[in-house]
Amino acid sequence: MAKRSLKNSVLPTVLTYLGLAIGLVFAAFPIVWMFFSSLKSNTEIFALPPKLLPDDFTISAYLTIFNDPTKVRFFINSYFVAGVVTALTLFIAILTAYAFSRYSFRFKNTLNIFIISTQTVPPITLLIPYFGMVVAFRIFDTYLALILTYLVFTLPYAVLLMTGYLNTLPKELDEAVLVDGGSSWTALWRVIVPVSIPGIVATAVYTFLLAWNEFLFALTLTKSMDLRTVPIGIQLLMGQHAFEWNEMMAMSVLGSLPLLVLYLVAQRYFLAGMTAGSVKS
Amino acid sequence: MNRSITAPAPALSKAGRKGKLSYKTLRKLVPYLYVTPATLLLVLLMLFPMAMVLRYSLMDGAIMKRDAAFVGLQNYITIFQNPVFWQSLYQTLYFTVMSVVFHFVLGLAFAMLLNTNRVDPTIRSILRVLFILPWLFTAVIIAIIWRLLLDPNGVVNSVLMALHIIDFKVEWFSSTKTAIHALTFANIWAGYPLFMVSLLAGLQGISKELYEAAGIDGANEFQKFWHITIPQLMPIIISIALLDFIWTMQVFPLVWMTTGGGPIYATEMLSTFTYKLAFAQYEFSLASASAIVILLISMSVTYFYIKHQQRR
Repeated sequence: MAKRSLKNSVLPTVLTYLGLAIGLVFAAFPIVWMFFSSLKSNTEIFALPPKLLPDDFTISAYLTIFNDPTKVRFFINSYFVAGVVTALTLFIAILTAYAFSRYSFRFKNTLNIFIISTQTVPPITLLIPYFGMVVAFRIFDTYLALILTYLVFTLPYAVLLMTGYLNTLPKELDEAVLVDGGSSWTALWRVIVPVSIPGIVATAVYTFLLAWNEFLFALTLTKSMDLRTVPIGIQLLMGQHAFEWNEMMAMSVLGSLPLLVLYLVAQRYFLAGMTAGSVKS
Repeated sequence: MNRSITAPAPALSKAGRKGKLSYKTLRKLVPYLYVTPATLLLVLLMLFPMAMVLRYSLMDGAIMKRDAAFVGLQNYITIFQNPVFWQSLYQTLYFTVMSVVFHFVLGLAFAMLLNTNRVDPTIRSILRVLFILPWLFTAVIIAIIWRLLLDPNGVVNSVLMALHIIDFKVEWFSSTKTAIHALTFANIWAGYPLFMVSLLAGLQGISKELYEAAGIDGANEFQKFWHITIPQLMPIIISIALLDFIWTMQVFPLVWMTTGGGPIYATEMLSTFTYKLAFAQYEFSLASASAIVILLISMSVTYFYIKHQQRR
Protein backbone atom coordinates (compact mmCIF):
# COMPACT_ATOMS: atom_id res chain seq x y z
CA MET A 1 0.00 0.00 0.00
CA ALA A 2 2.68 2.45 1.09
CA LYS A 3 4.86 1.41 -1.81
CA ARG A 4 2.05 1.95 -4.25
CA SER A 5 1.28 5.50 -3.09
CA LEU A 6 4.97 6.33 -3.17
CA LYS A 7 5.14 5.11 -6.74
CA ASN A 8 2.04 7.10 -7.60
CA SER A 9 3.44 10.36 -6.32
CA VAL A 10 7.14 10.09 -7.11
CA LEU A 11 7.13 8.54 -10.54
CA PRO A 12 4.91 11.17 -12.23
CA THR A 13 6.97 13.95 -10.65
CA VAL A 14 10.22 12.42 -11.89
CA LEU A 15 8.73 11.95 -15.36
CA THR A 16 7.47 15.54 -15.38
CA TYR A 17 10.92 16.88 -14.52
CA LEU A 18 12.47 14.59 -17.09
CA GLY A 19 10.05 15.86 -19.75
CA LEU A 20 10.77 19.46 -18.79
CA ALA A 21 14.53 18.84 -18.90
CA ILE A 22 14.29 17.37 -22.41
CA GLY A 23 12.08 20.29 -23.42
CA LEU A 24 14.56 22.77 -21.99
CA VAL A 25 17.45 21.28 -23.96
CA PHE A 26 15.34 21.30 -27.12
CA ALA A 27 14.20 24.91 -26.63
CA ALA A 28 17.34 26.52 -25.27
CA PHE A 29 20.31 24.58 -26.64
CA PRO A 30 20.33 26.24 -30.10
CA ILE A 31 20.15 29.67 -28.47
CA VAL A 32 22.90 28.92 -25.96
CA TRP A 33 25.04 27.51 -28.77
CA MET A 34 24.54 30.67 -30.79
CA PHE A 35 25.51 32.83 -27.84
CA PHE A 36 28.73 30.98 -27.06
CA SER A 37 29.64 30.72 -30.72
CA SER A 38 29.58 34.50 -30.90
CA LEU A 39 32.30 34.51 -28.22
CA LYS A 40 34.53 32.03 -30.01
CA SER A 41 37.24 32.73 -32.50
CA ASN A 42 36.25 31.68 -35.98
CA THR A 43 38.67 28.74 -36.00
CA GLU A 44 37.12 27.37 -32.82
CA ILE A 45 33.54 27.28 -34.12
CA PHE A 46 33.85 23.87 -35.76
CA ALA A 47 36.37 22.45 -33.28
CA LEU A 48 36.35 18.68 -32.97
CA PRO A 49 35.06 17.41 -30.63
CA PRO A 50 32.57 20.30 -30.41
CA LYS A 51 32.75 22.40 -27.25
CA LEU A 52 29.97 24.55 -25.90
CA LEU A 53 32.26 26.97 -24.08
CA PRO A 54 35.08 28.63 -26.00
CA ASP A 55 38.66 27.94 -24.90
CA ASP A 56 39.40 31.66 -25.18
CA PHE A 57 36.50 33.98 -24.71
CA THR A 58 36.79 36.79 -27.24
CA ILE A 59 34.51 39.69 -28.01
CA SER A 60 36.37 40.42 -31.24
CA ALA A 61 33.29 39.56 -33.32
CA TYR A 62 31.29 42.22 -31.47
CA LEU A 63 34.09 44.76 -31.82
CA THR A 64 34.25 44.15 -35.56
CA ILE A 65 30.54 44.94 -35.81
CA PHE A 66 30.69 48.05 -33.60
CA ASN A 67 33.64 49.39 -35.58
CA ASP A 68 31.93 48.97 -38.92
CA PRO A 69 29.64 51.97 -39.61
CA THR A 70 27.71 49.98 -42.23
CA LYS A 71 26.75 47.33 -39.69
CA VAL A 72 25.93 49.87 -36.99
CA ARG A 73 23.68 51.52 -39.54
CA PHE A 74 21.67 48.28 -39.94
CA PHE A 75 20.82 48.49 -36.27
CA ILE A 76 19.97 52.20 -36.37
CA ASN A 77 17.68 51.54 -39.33
CA SER A 78 15.92 48.66 -37.60
CA TYR A 79 15.39 50.63 -34.40
CA PHE A 80 14.15 53.65 -36.33
CA VAL A 81 11.74 51.81 -38.62
CA ALA A 82 10.39 49.52 -35.90
CA GLY A 83 10.04 52.48 -33.52
CA VAL A 84 8.13 54.67 -35.96
CA VAL A 85 5.95 51.76 -37.07
CA THR A 86 5.15 50.91 -33.45
CA ALA A 87 4.17 54.49 -32.60
CA LEU A 88 1.97 54.94 -35.68
CA THR A 89 0.39 51.52 -35.32
CA LEU A 90 -0.49 52.16 -31.68
CA PHE A 91 -2.05 55.54 -32.42
CA ILE A 92 -4.22 54.29 -35.27
CA ALA A 93 -5.07 51.02 -33.51
CA ILE A 94 -6.18 52.76 -30.33
CA LEU A 95 -8.60 54.95 -32.29
CA THR A 96 -9.98 51.97 -34.19
CA ALA A 97 -10.20 49.73 -31.14
CA TYR A 98 -12.03 52.47 -29.23
CA ALA A 99 -14.71 52.64 -31.91
CA PHE A 100 -14.99 48.84 -32.00
CA SER A 101 -15.23 48.55 -28.27
CA ARG A 102 -17.49 51.48 -27.41
CA TYR A 103 -19.75 52.12 -30.40
CA SER A 104 -22.07 50.11 -32.54
CA PHE A 105 -22.22 51.36 -36.09
CA ARG A 106 -23.09 50.11 -39.54
CA PHE A 107 -20.36 48.08 -41.25
CA LYS A 108 -18.82 47.33 -37.86
CA ASN A 109 -19.04 43.58 -38.40
CA THR A 110 -17.89 43.86 -42.01
CA LEU A 111 -14.94 45.97 -40.98
CA ASN A 112 -14.10 43.56 -38.20
CA ILE A 113 -14.12 40.59 -40.58
CA PHE A 114 -12.07 42.61 -43.04
CA ILE A 115 -9.45 43.36 -40.38
CA ILE A 116 -9.32 39.73 -39.22
CA SER A 117 -8.88 38.51 -42.78
CA THR A 118 -6.13 41.01 -43.55
CA GLN A 119 -4.09 39.20 -40.87
CA THR A 120 -3.84 36.26 -43.17
CA VAL A 121 -3.07 37.87 -46.54
CA PRO A 122 0.25 36.42 -47.73
CA PRO A 123 3.00 39.08 -47.83
CA ILE A 124 4.27 37.64 -51.11
CA THR A 125 0.89 38.45 -52.71
CA LEU A 126 1.18 42.09 -51.65
CA LEU A 127 4.86 42.35 -52.47
CA ILE A 128 4.43 42.41 -56.24
CA PRO A 129 1.92 45.31 -56.36
CA TYR A 130 3.88 47.09 -53.59
CA PHE A 131 6.95 46.94 -55.76
CA GLY A 132 4.98 48.44 -58.63
CA MET A 133 3.45 51.13 -56.38
CA VAL A 134 6.67 52.02 -54.60
CA VAL A 135 8.46 52.49 -57.91
CA ALA A 136 5.53 54.47 -59.37
CA PHE A 137 5.34 56.82 -56.35
CA ARG A 138 9.13 57.19 -56.37
CA ILE A 139 9.56 55.97 -52.81
CA PHE A 140 11.63 52.91 -53.72
CA ASP A 141 14.56 52.57 -51.34
CA THR A 142 13.20 54.95 -48.68
CA TYR A 143 12.18 54.58 -45.03
CA LEU A 144 8.68 55.65 -46.06
CA ALA A 145 8.24 52.57 -48.27
CA LEU A 146 9.10 50.31 -45.34
CA ILE A 147 7.03 52.19 -42.76
CA LEU A 148 3.89 52.25 -44.91
CA THR A 149 4.07 48.61 -45.92
CA TYR A 150 4.87 47.47 -42.36
CA LEU A 151 1.80 49.30 -41.04
CA VAL A 152 -0.39 47.08 -43.16
CA PHE A 153 0.57 43.90 -41.37
CA THR A 154 1.10 45.34 -37.87
CA LEU A 155 -2.20 47.22 -37.75
CA PRO A 156 -4.66 44.27 -37.89
CA TYR A 157 -3.00 42.55 -34.91
CA ALA A 158 -2.78 45.78 -32.98
CA VAL A 159 -6.46 46.55 -33.55
CA LEU A 160 -7.54 43.07 -32.45
CA LEU A 161 -5.31 43.06 -29.38
CA MET A 162 -6.38 46.56 -28.34
CA THR A 163 -10.08 45.87 -28.95
CA GLY A 164 -9.78 42.74 -26.82
CA TYR A 165 -8.17 44.78 -24.09
CA LEU A 166 -10.60 47.72 -24.20
CA ASN A 167 -13.52 45.27 -24.05
CA THR A 168 -12.32 44.22 -20.61
CA LEU A 169 -12.63 47.79 -19.28
CA PRO A 170 -15.99 48.81 -17.81
CA LYS A 171 -18.00 51.26 -19.93
CA GLU A 172 -18.71 53.34 -16.82
CA LEU A 173 -15.15 54.67 -17.07
CA ASP A 174 -15.67 56.74 -20.20
CA GLU A 175 -19.36 57.29 -19.56
CA ALA A 176 -18.37 59.24 -16.44
CA VAL A 177 -16.38 61.63 -18.63
CA LEU A 178 -19.21 61.96 -21.14
CA VAL A 179 -21.74 62.69 -18.42
CA ASP A 180 -19.45 65.42 -17.09
CA GLY A 181 -19.64 67.01 -20.53
CA GLY A 182 -16.30 65.79 -21.85
CA SER A 183 -15.97 64.56 -25.40
CA SER A 184 -15.27 60.95 -26.33
CA TRP A 185 -11.84 62.15 -27.45
CA THR A 186 -11.11 63.36 -23.93
CA ALA A 187 -12.52 60.15 -22.47
CA LEU A 188 -10.25 58.10 -24.70
CA TRP A 189 -6.97 59.90 -24.04
CA ARG A 190 -7.51 61.03 -20.45
CA VAL A 191 -9.25 57.98 -19.02
CA ILE A 192 -9.13 54.95 -21.26
CA VAL A 193 -5.53 55.15 -22.48
CA PRO A 194 -3.99 55.62 -19.00
CA VAL A 195 -5.75 52.53 -17.64
CA SER A 196 -4.94 50.52 -20.78
CA ILE A 197 -1.18 50.62 -20.31
CA PRO A 198 -0.87 46.82 -19.94
CA GLY A 199 -2.74 46.26 -23.20
CA ILE A 200 -0.80 49.02 -24.92
CA VAL A 201 2.53 47.60 -23.75
CA ALA A 202 1.59 44.12 -25.01
CA THR A 203 0.50 45.54 -28.35
CA ALA A 204 3.61 47.70 -28.63
CA VAL A 205 5.94 44.78 -27.92
CA TYR A 206 4.20 42.58 -30.45
CA THR A 207 4.16 45.33 -33.08
CA PHE A 208 7.84 46.04 -32.52
CA LEU A 209 8.59 42.33 -32.85
CA LEU A 210 6.72 42.08 -36.16
CA ALA A 211 8.41 45.17 -37.57
CA TRP A 212 11.87 44.23 -36.30
CA ASN A 213 11.62 40.74 -37.81
CA GLU A 214 10.25 41.73 -41.21
CA PHE A 215 12.34 40.38 -44.06
CA LEU A 216 10.54 40.14 -47.39
CA PHE A 217 9.59 43.80 -47.85
CA ALA A 218 12.93 45.07 -46.56
CA LEU A 219 14.71 42.75 -48.95
CA THR A 220 12.75 43.91 -51.97
CA LEU A 221 11.76 47.53 -51.34
CA THR A 222 15.18 48.85 -50.31
CA LYS A 223 18.47 48.61 -52.11
CA SER A 224 21.15 50.88 -50.64
CA MET A 225 23.25 49.77 -47.68
CA ASP A 226 22.17 52.93 -45.82
CA LEU A 227 18.59 51.64 -45.60
CA ARG A 228 19.09 47.96 -44.92
CA THR A 229 17.67 46.56 -41.67
CA VAL A 230 19.26 43.95 -39.39
CA PRO A 231 17.70 40.82 -40.98
CA ILE A 232 18.89 41.94 -44.41
CA GLY A 233 22.26 42.90 -42.92
CA ILE A 234 22.68 39.37 -41.61
CA GLN A 235 21.74 37.98 -44.99
CA LEU A 236 24.32 40.21 -46.69
CA LEU A 237 26.95 39.19 -44.16
CA MET A 238 26.19 35.59 -45.00
CA GLY A 239 26.68 36.22 -48.69
CA GLN A 240 29.82 38.30 -48.32
CA HIS A 241 31.95 36.27 -45.95
CA ALA A 242 30.27 32.91 -45.77
CA PHE A 243 32.68 31.68 -43.15
CA GLU A 244 32.67 34.51 -40.59
CA TRP A 245 30.43 32.46 -38.34
CA ASN A 246 31.38 34.20 -35.10
CA GLU A 247 30.51 37.56 -36.60
CA MET A 248 27.16 36.29 -37.88
CA MET A 249 26.40 34.84 -34.47
CA ALA A 250 27.34 38.12 -32.77
CA MET A 251 25.09 39.96 -35.21
CA SER A 252 22.30 37.49 -34.40
CA VAL A 253 22.76 37.98 -30.67
CA LEU A 254 22.64 41.76 -31.09
CA GLY A 255 19.67 41.40 -33.44
CA SER A 256 17.74 39.34 -30.89
CA LEU A 257 18.65 41.49 -27.92
CA PRO A 258 15.95 44.17 -28.17
CA LEU A 259 13.24 41.55 -28.49
CA LEU A 260 14.55 39.54 -25.55
CA VAL A 261 14.80 42.65 -23.38
CA LEU A 262 11.35 43.90 -24.38
CA TYR A 263 9.89 40.47 -23.82
CA LEU A 264 11.45 39.99 -20.39
CA VAL A 265 10.44 43.47 -19.27
CA ALA A 266 6.89 43.23 -20.55
CA GLN A 267 6.48 39.48 -20.13
CA ARG A 268 3.41 39.54 -17.94
CA TYR A 269 1.56 42.06 -20.09
CA PHE A 270 2.70 40.39 -23.24
CA LEU A 271 1.40 36.92 -22.43
CA ALA A 272 -1.90 38.22 -21.13
CA GLY A 273 -2.33 40.45 -24.18
CA MET A 274 -1.28 37.77 -26.63
CA THR A 275 -3.61 35.15 -25.26
CA ALA A 276 -6.45 37.66 -25.11
CA GLY A 277 -5.82 38.46 -28.76
CA SER A 278 -5.10 35.05 -30.19
CA VAL A 279 -7.52 33.01 -28.14
CA LYS A 280 -10.48 35.29 -27.82
CA SER A 281 -10.11 37.64 -30.79
CA MET B 1 -11.50 67.52 -34.80
CA ASN B 2 -13.53 65.12 -32.71
CA ARG B 3 -13.72 67.65 -29.92
CA SER B 4 -16.11 69.89 -31.84
CA ILE B 5 -18.24 66.99 -33.00
CA THR B 6 -18.86 65.56 -29.59
CA ALA B 7 -19.27 68.98 -28.00
CA PRO B 8 -20.56 68.81 -24.43
CA ALA B 9 -24.24 68.07 -24.22
CA PRO B 10 -25.23 70.93 -21.83
CA ALA B 11 -24.12 73.55 -24.35
CA LEU B 12 -26.55 72.10 -26.83
CA SER B 13 -29.56 71.80 -24.60
CA LYS B 14 -30.49 75.41 -25.39
CA ALA B 15 -29.78 75.06 -29.08
CA GLY B 16 -33.27 73.95 -29.95
CA ARG B 17 -34.60 71.09 -31.99
CA LYS B 18 -32.63 71.65 -35.15
CA GLY B 19 -29.34 71.91 -33.33
CA LYS B 20 -30.11 68.82 -31.34
CA LEU B 21 -30.87 66.89 -34.50
CA SER B 22 -27.62 67.77 -36.22
CA TYR B 23 -25.77 67.08 -32.99
CA LYS B 24 -27.28 63.61 -33.00
CA THR B 25 -26.33 63.08 -36.62
CA LEU B 26 -22.83 64.27 -35.91
CA ARG B 27 -22.60 61.98 -32.91
CA LYS B 28 -23.40 59.06 -35.16
CA LEU B 29 -20.39 59.98 -37.27
CA VAL B 30 -17.97 59.70 -34.35
CA PRO B 31 -17.22 55.96 -34.65
CA TYR B 32 -16.65 56.37 -38.38
CA LEU B 33 -14.10 59.09 -37.71
CA TYR B 34 -12.27 56.83 -35.31
CA VAL B 35 -12.04 53.98 -37.79
CA THR B 36 -11.19 56.19 -40.78
CA PRO B 37 -7.37 56.13 -40.54
CA ALA B 38 -7.18 52.34 -40.25
CA THR B 39 -9.80 51.76 -42.94
CA LEU B 40 -8.16 54.20 -45.33
CA LEU B 41 -4.77 52.63 -44.84
CA LEU B 42 -6.04 49.09 -45.27
CA VAL B 43 -8.08 49.95 -48.34
CA LEU B 44 -5.18 51.77 -50.00
CA LEU B 45 -2.49 49.32 -49.02
CA MET B 46 -4.44 46.08 -48.89
CA LEU B 47 -7.54 46.06 -51.09
CA PHE B 48 -6.10 48.23 -53.84
CA PRO B 49 -2.86 46.17 -54.15
CA MET B 50 -4.88 42.97 -54.21
CA ALA B 51 -6.90 44.36 -57.11
CA MET B 52 -3.61 45.30 -58.78
CA VAL B 53 -2.05 41.87 -58.40
CA LEU B 54 -5.21 40.32 -59.80
CA ARG B 55 -5.00 42.66 -62.78
CA TYR B 56 -1.27 41.92 -63.27
CA SER B 57 -2.05 38.22 -63.28
CA LEU B 58 -4.34 38.69 -66.27
CA MET B 59 -1.81 40.71 -68.26
CA ASP B 60 1.21 39.90 -70.31
CA GLY B 61 4.45 41.50 -69.06
CA ALA B 62 3.01 43.53 -66.16
CA ILE B 63 5.32 46.22 -64.69
CA MET B 64 7.97 45.50 -67.33
CA LYS B 65 6.02 46.53 -70.44
CA ARG B 66 4.28 49.87 -70.86
CA ASP B 67 1.60 48.45 -73.16
CA ALA B 68 1.00 45.20 -71.32
CA ALA B 69 -1.99 43.46 -72.91
CA PHE B 70 -4.72 41.44 -71.26
CA VAL B 71 -4.24 37.75 -71.89
CA GLY B 72 -7.03 36.28 -69.77
CA LEU B 73 -6.08 33.19 -67.84
CA GLN B 74 -2.98 32.46 -69.92
CA ASN B 75 -0.60 33.10 -67.00
CA TYR B 76 -2.51 30.67 -64.80
CA ILE B 77 -2.33 28.01 -67.51
CA THR B 78 1.42 28.56 -67.84
CA ILE B 79 1.85 28.27 -64.06
CA PHE B 80 -0.27 25.12 -63.86
CA GLN B 81 1.75 23.52 -66.64
CA ASN B 82 4.98 24.12 -64.73
CA PRO B 83 5.96 20.98 -62.79
CA VAL B 84 8.03 23.09 -60.37
CA PHE B 85 4.82 24.85 -59.31
CA TRP B 86 3.21 21.53 -58.39
CA GLN B 87 6.37 20.39 -56.63
CA SER B 88 6.42 23.67 -54.67
CA LEU B 89 2.76 23.27 -53.77
CA TYR B 90 3.30 19.72 -52.57
CA GLN B 91 6.39 20.69 -50.57
CA THR B 92 4.65 23.71 -49.05
CA LEU B 93 1.79 21.47 -47.91
CA TYR B 94 4.17 18.86 -46.50
CA PHE B 95 6.20 21.52 -44.67
CA THR B 96 3.06 23.23 -43.37
CA VAL B 97 1.14 20.16 -42.23
CA MET B 98 4.18 18.62 -40.50
CA SER B 99 4.95 21.95 -38.83
CA VAL B 100 1.41 22.49 -37.57
CA VAL B 101 1.07 18.90 -36.30
CA PHE B 102 4.35 19.04 -34.38
CA HIS B 103 3.74 22.59 -33.15
CA PHE B 104 0.53 21.22 -31.67
CA VAL B 105 2.06 18.06 -30.20
CA LEU B 106 5.03 19.87 -28.64
CA GLY B 107 2.93 22.85 -27.60
CA LEU B 108 0.42 20.62 -25.83
CA ALA B 109 3.12 18.47 -24.21
CA PHE B 110 5.00 21.49 -22.87
CA ALA B 111 1.81 23.24 -21.81
CA MET B 112 0.69 20.17 -19.84
CA LEU B 113 4.11 19.72 -18.25
CA LEU B 114 4.12 23.38 -17.23
CA ASN B 115 0.56 23.19 -15.93
CA THR B 116 1.07 20.38 -13.41
CA ASN B 117 1.38 21.30 -9.76
CA ARG B 118 4.09 18.67 -9.35
CA VAL B 119 6.69 21.25 -10.29
CA ASP B 120 7.92 24.03 -8.07
CA PRO B 121 6.12 27.28 -9.08
CA THR B 122 9.35 29.28 -9.42
CA ILE B 123 10.91 26.68 -11.70
CA ARG B 124 7.66 26.59 -13.61
CA SER B 125 7.58 30.30 -14.32
CA ILE B 126 11.27 30.37 -15.31
CA LEU B 127 10.76 27.43 -17.66
CA ARG B 128 7.71 29.05 -19.16
CA VAL B 129 9.82 32.04 -20.17
CA LEU B 130 12.62 29.83 -21.52
CA PHE B 131 10.24 27.65 -23.52
CA ILE B 132 8.86 30.69 -25.32
CA LEU B 133 12.29 31.93 -26.41
CA PRO B 134 12.48 30.27 -29.86
CA TRP B 135 9.41 32.22 -30.86
CA LEU B 136 11.12 35.57 -30.27
CA PHE B 137 13.84 34.97 -32.82
CA THR B 138 13.81 36.45 -36.29
CA ALA B 139 13.43 33.89 -39.07
CA VAL B 140 16.78 34.97 -40.49
CA ILE B 141 18.48 34.30 -37.17
CA ILE B 142 16.70 30.95 -36.79
CA ALA B 143 18.00 30.07 -40.25
CA ILE B 144 21.55 31.01 -39.30
CA ILE B 145 21.46 29.13 -35.99
CA TRP B 146 20.30 25.95 -37.72
CA ARG B 147 22.80 26.34 -40.52
CA LEU B 148 25.50 26.41 -37.87
CA LEU B 149 24.09 23.48 -35.90
CA LEU B 150 23.36 21.36 -38.98
CA ASP B 151 26.59 22.20 -40.80
CA PRO B 152 28.30 19.01 -42.02
CA ASN B 153 31.04 19.77 -39.47
CA GLY B 154 28.55 21.05 -36.93
CA VAL B 155 27.58 19.91 -33.49
CA VAL B 156 24.51 17.88 -34.52
CA ASN B 157 26.53 15.64 -36.83
CA SER B 158 29.25 15.26 -34.19
CA VAL B 159 26.75 14.19 -31.55
CA LEU B 160 24.87 11.83 -33.88
CA MET B 161 28.14 10.24 -35.00
CA ALA B 162 29.33 9.84 -31.43
CA LEU B 163 26.05 8.06 -30.66
CA HIS B 164 26.49 5.93 -33.82
CA ILE B 165 23.12 7.05 -35.16
CA ILE B 166 24.77 8.13 -38.41
CA ASP B 167 28.15 7.01 -39.71
CA PHE B 168 29.02 9.85 -42.06
CA LYS B 169 28.66 13.60 -42.07
CA VAL B 170 25.16 14.35 -43.36
CA GLU B 171 24.82 17.54 -45.40
CA TRP B 172 21.42 18.32 -43.96
CA PHE B 173 20.60 21.44 -45.95
CA SER B 174 22.42 20.55 -49.18
CA SER B 175 21.18 17.05 -49.81
CA THR B 176 17.94 16.69 -51.77
CA LYS B 177 16.91 13.87 -49.42
CA THR B 178 17.27 15.69 -46.12
CA ALA B 179 16.88 19.41 -46.93
CA ILE B 180 13.11 19.58 -46.59
CA HIS B 181 13.17 17.63 -43.33
CA ALA B 182 15.92 19.81 -41.88
CA LEU B 183 13.94 22.87 -42.84
CA THR B 184 10.73 21.49 -41.33
CA PHE B 185 12.58 20.60 -38.14
CA ALA B 186 13.98 24.13 -37.80
CA ASN B 187 10.49 25.51 -38.29
CA ILE B 188 9.00 23.15 -35.72
CA TRP B 189 11.59 24.39 -33.24
CA ALA B 190 10.79 28.00 -34.01
CA GLY B 191 7.01 27.81 -33.96
CA TYR B 192 5.66 25.60 -31.17
CA PRO B 193 5.48 28.39 -28.51
CA LEU B 194 2.34 29.95 -30.03
CA PHE B 195 0.48 26.69 -29.40
CA MET B 196 2.13 26.29 -26.02
CA VAL B 197 1.14 29.75 -24.76
CA SER B 198 -2.43 29.48 -26.04
CA LEU B 199 -2.95 25.95 -24.73
CA LEU B 200 -1.46 26.85 -21.36
CA ALA B 201 -4.00 29.67 -21.06
CA GLY B 202 -6.67 27.19 -22.15
CA LEU B 203 -5.60 24.57 -19.59
CA GLN B 204 -5.74 27.12 -16.80
CA GLY B 205 -9.30 27.92 -17.83
CA ILE B 206 -10.59 24.34 -17.48
CA SER B 207 -12.62 23.94 -14.30
CA LYS B 208 -11.00 21.63 -11.72
CA GLU B 209 -14.47 20.29 -10.87
CA LEU B 210 -14.62 18.51 -14.22
CA TYR B 211 -11.53 16.48 -13.30
CA GLU B 212 -12.77 15.86 -9.77
CA ALA B 213 -16.12 14.61 -11.04
CA ALA B 214 -14.37 12.32 -13.51
CA GLY B 215 -12.09 11.09 -10.72
CA ILE B 216 -15.12 10.16 -8.62
CA ASP B 217 -16.50 8.26 -11.60
CA GLY B 218 -13.26 6.30 -11.65
CA ALA B 219 -11.69 7.77 -14.79
CA ASN B 220 -7.92 7.24 -15.15
CA GLU B 221 -5.46 9.94 -16.23
CA PHE B 222 -5.68 9.02 -19.90
CA GLN B 223 -9.48 9.05 -19.88
CA LYS B 224 -9.47 12.45 -18.20
CA PHE B 225 -7.05 13.73 -20.85
CA TRP B 226 -9.06 12.29 -23.72
CA HIS B 227 -12.57 13.12 -22.50
CA ILE B 228 -12.00 16.42 -20.68
CA THR B 229 -8.72 18.12 -21.62
CA ILE B 230 -8.88 17.63 -25.38
CA PRO B 231 -12.58 18.55 -25.85
CA GLN B 232 -12.18 21.60 -23.59
CA LEU B 233 -9.16 22.78 -25.58
CA MET B 234 -10.69 22.01 -28.98
CA PRO B 235 -11.80 25.57 -29.85
CA ILE B 236 -8.28 26.88 -29.15
CA ILE B 237 -6.65 23.98 -30.98
CA ILE B 238 -8.75 24.65 -34.08
CA SER B 239 -8.15 28.44 -34.06
CA ILE B 240 -4.42 28.19 -33.57
CA ALA B 241 -4.03 25.31 -36.01
CA LEU B 242 -5.78 27.31 -38.74
CA LEU B 243 -3.76 30.47 -38.04
CA ASP B 244 -0.55 28.48 -37.85
CA PHE B 245 -1.40 26.75 -41.13
CA ILE B 246 -1.93 30.08 -42.87
CA TRP B 247 1.24 31.67 -41.51
CA THR B 248 3.45 28.63 -42.00
CA MET B 249 2.28 28.31 -45.58
CA GLN B 250 3.63 31.81 -46.24
CA VAL B 251 7.14 30.88 -45.06
CA PHE B 252 9.82 32.81 -46.88
CA PRO B 253 12.88 34.03 -44.93
CA LEU B 254 13.63 30.67 -43.31
CA VAL B 255 13.77 28.93 -46.69
CA TRP B 256 15.50 31.82 -48.40
CA MET B 257 18.27 31.89 -45.82
CA THR B 258 18.88 28.16 -45.50
CA THR B 259 18.42 26.51 -48.86
CA GLY B 260 17.05 29.22 -51.13
CA GLY B 261 14.62 26.60 -52.43
CA GLY B 262 17.38 24.17 -53.41
CA PRO B 263 19.18 21.89 -53.82
CA ILE B 264 17.66 21.83 -57.31
CA TYR B 265 13.99 22.35 -56.31
CA ALA B 266 13.99 20.10 -53.24
CA THR B 267 12.80 22.81 -50.84
CA GLU B 268 11.09 25.17 -53.28
CA MET B 269 7.98 26.58 -51.59
CA LEU B 270 5.16 28.52 -53.23
CA SER B 271 6.58 31.72 -51.75
CA THR B 272 10.14 31.21 -53.02
CA PHE B 273 8.83 29.98 -56.38
CA THR B 274 6.77 33.17 -56.70
CA TYR B 275 9.56 35.42 -55.48
CA LYS B 276 12.01 34.02 -58.00
CA LEU B 277 9.51 34.42 -60.84
CA ALA B 278 9.10 38.09 -59.92
CA PHE B 279 12.49 39.27 -58.76
CA ALA B 280 14.94 36.90 -60.45
CA GLN B 281 13.17 36.38 -63.77
CA TYR B 282 11.12 39.62 -63.80
CA GLU B 283 8.06 37.61 -64.89
CA PHE B 284 5.74 39.76 -62.79
CA SER B 285 2.60 38.51 -64.53
CA LEU B 286 3.38 34.86 -63.93
CA ALA B 287 4.43 35.68 -60.38
CA SER B 288 1.13 37.52 -59.86
CA ALA B 289 -0.83 34.48 -61.03
CA SER B 290 1.12 32.33 -58.60
CA ALA B 291 0.62 34.92 -55.83
CA ILE B 292 -3.14 34.84 -56.47
CA VAL B 293 -3.12 31.06 -56.09
CA ILE B 294 -1.38 31.44 -52.70
CA LEU B 295 -3.91 34.11 -51.74
CA LEU B 296 -6.82 31.84 -52.66
CA ILE B 297 -5.45 28.98 -50.56
CA SER B 298 -4.90 31.39 -47.65
CA MET B 299 -8.34 32.90 -48.05
CA SER B 300 -10.12 29.56 -48.07
CA VAL B 301 -8.44 28.60 -44.79
CA THR B 302 -9.19 32.09 -43.44
CA TYR B 303 -12.85 31.53 -44.25
CA PHE B 304 -12.94 28.53 -41.92
CA TYR B 305 -11.00 30.47 -39.33
CA ILE B 306 -13.50 33.34 -39.29
CA LYS B 307 -16.47 30.94 -39.29
CA HIS B 308 -14.91 29.19 -36.34
CA GLN B 309 -14.20 32.46 -34.49
CA GLN B 310 -17.75 33.71 -34.96
CA ARG B 311 -19.31 30.48 -33.76
CA ARG B 312 -17.50 30.81 -30.46
